[in-house]
Amino acid sequence: MTDRHPPRRVRVVLADRRPSPLPVLRGAEVAEQTELGRELVRGLIRAQLAASLRIAGLALAMFAPLPILFAIVPALEDLRVLGVPVAWWILGLLAYPVLYLLARLHRRQAERIERDFTELLGRG
Amino acid sequence: MAATALADPAVDGSTLSLIAIALVVVATGMIGAYGVRFARTTGDFLVASRSVRPAWNAAAISGEYLSAASFLGVAGLIAVHGPDALWYPVGFTAGYLALQLFVAAPLRRSGAYTVPDFAQIRWGSKRLRAMSTALVLAIAWLYLVPQLHGAGLVLREVTGLPRWVGVTAVAVVVTLNVVAGGMRSITLVQALQYWFKLVAISLPVLVVLAVNRPGVPALFDGVWADAGQGLGGTHPAAEIYSLMLATFLGTMGLPHVLVRFYTNIDGGSARATTVRVIALLGVFYLFPTIAGVLIHALLPPPTAGQADSLLLALPAATVGGLLGELLGALVAAGAIAAFLATSSGLVVAAAGVLSTDVLRGRVRDFRVAAVVAGLVPLAMALPTTSLDISRVVGMAFAVAASTFCPLLVLGIWWRGLTTAGAISGLIVGGGLSLGALVTSVAFPGVLPDALDSLLGQPAVGSVPAAFVTMIIVSLLTRSSLTPRADAVLAMLHLPAAARRSAGFDPRDRAALPGGSPIRPGSDRGPGWAPSP
Repeated sequence: MTDRHPPRRVRVVLADRRPSPLPVLRGAEVAEQTELGRELVRGLIRAQLAASLRIAGLALAMFAPLPILFAIVPALEDLRVLGVPVAWWILGLLAYPVLYLLARLHRRQAERIERDFTELLGRG
Repeated sequence: MAATALADPAVDGSTLSLIAIALVVVATGMIGAYGVRFARTTGDFLVASRSVRPAWNAAAISGEYLSAASFLGVAGLIAVHGPDALWYPVGFTAGYLALQLFVAAPLRRSGAYTVPDFAQIRWGSKRLRAMSTALVLAIAWLYLVPQLHGAGLVLREVTGLPRWVGVTAVAVVVTLNVVAGGMRSITLVQALQYWFKLVAISLPVLVVLAVNRPGVPALFDGVWADAGQGLGGTHPAAEIYSLMLATFLGTMGLPHVLVRFYTNIDGGSARATTVRVIALLGVFYLFPTIAGVLIHALLPPPTAGQADSLLLALPAATVGGLLGELLGALVAAGAIAAFLATSSGLVVAAAGVLSTDVLRGRVRDFRVAAVVAGLVPLAMALPTTSLDISRVVGMAFAVAASTFCPLLVLGIWWRGLTTAGAISGLIVGGGLSLGALVTSVAFPGVLPDALDSLLGQPAVGSVPAAFVTMIIVSLLTRSSLTPRADAVLAMLHLPAAARRSAGFDPRDRAALPGGSPIRPGSDRGPGWAPSP
């Protein structure tokens, strides 16, 4: 769905490094809250929200099933790795690197969206 | 640190603990005093002049966030309830992911000092601002009372002093420190306290592990090691989902966490800070987890209400001798550091809103506000007692998740959230969560089981209710939307570089005039002033 956003599409047009009067104009558009400026900002917000929701969905898909799973699958209690039950491995250890990697992934995506937007305005 | 104590073999554990605790308190005061030299303006006092770099800020946020609930409470709850209690530390950490995804960078760009500031910038409503102020104070004090109770408990456990001594000592030390230096000096103190707390829990745990060498099968023996039993309630899965909701979403609404995010340099560094915080918390929580397992295996089965003092007893009981006493003193000192760090953050946050919203926002007002912010919870804590610290703290999370979480998330991402929608959502979410809390504390066990466990963990009902109310009322009052919403949303989401190219220097907003709180439109460039 991201390729529907105006910022992405226009960026290809601006990909050549020649200076053009257009970007300066866009900065002014954003500043003065014209219709075009407002649309540009809405595109940025939509892209950021989509990125955040994707990561949140990923986290939810990983964590939300666990309590139900532990409650209704008694066989999990007997499943041990190196003598430690899997629930302890998952909640006691693995959860933290997973959360860290998700946060890093989001930071990278959010910064890329901001870079793209800034380049669109003219001064990367 | 305890050279004289080492020379005297007759010295006992409580003396060592008292010395260690006194050292922590004195060091906190001295580092705070060192920081005071840099604190001059209101900007210094409230947000350390927004100049804290991610590495320091992440350590400070973690140091402040790791309260007694994390230091003592998590280990105790794991020892009592088994793997289901692991959802507490996982939720405490996952809260920062949610904070980063939906709040961190835009909130920092808003230029607000506090949530009430944010409410005023976003909606320009005095009523919404006043409600946010009341909620910041409610959550901060709700969170402070169990910290003070915990301090009283620790001091009584390790030294035999009456409970009120610890409660009063922590409240007074924290208040004095905040009065003296505000956020500038607190940042330094809290950053160092993270590393101290990490040592104070990891060293004893590793030594206990090395001395006792329990076999892995013996550690995870019996029904206790099985997941899915819940935390003492009758509906285990529902209880855990409610806890997940409260901790995942509540962190972003905690005033002492939010106030630290305003100290970041810009929106990008707010994100960098959060990523580091998650790493620091993950490393720390490994040790309360191991401690909980060791307590279960090595100490006699705990009775109800004992959970918070279990970790304190572990080293002396399982290592023995002078080493055991020393490690016990280290744990006690770490616990006191935890109380001091978290309480300082809460008092700064509460004093911040009091001084800018109730008083006139000068440095002198901040100091008066800090005294009030520290002494009110002291008055609340002295005549009452807490159950498990982690549980009471969990209730503060539930209130935050039911009020500020929907306000911030919808306010930052949805232009359609109207003032009326925000106000009614806060009333519904705050009313339900605080009401459940008061009912469960005032009338314990009166209601049928199912309802009773919902009252203890209200988030599963109150969080969706708050979101739905905000959305429905906003849609009904759509006609009241102004172009202001677009202007503010643009300010929240435009990266610094884009703002420069749009003709605005982001530093304009960071450098605040003469310590006055932000008023919308007053320091915004042309074109940003929202239409009336």
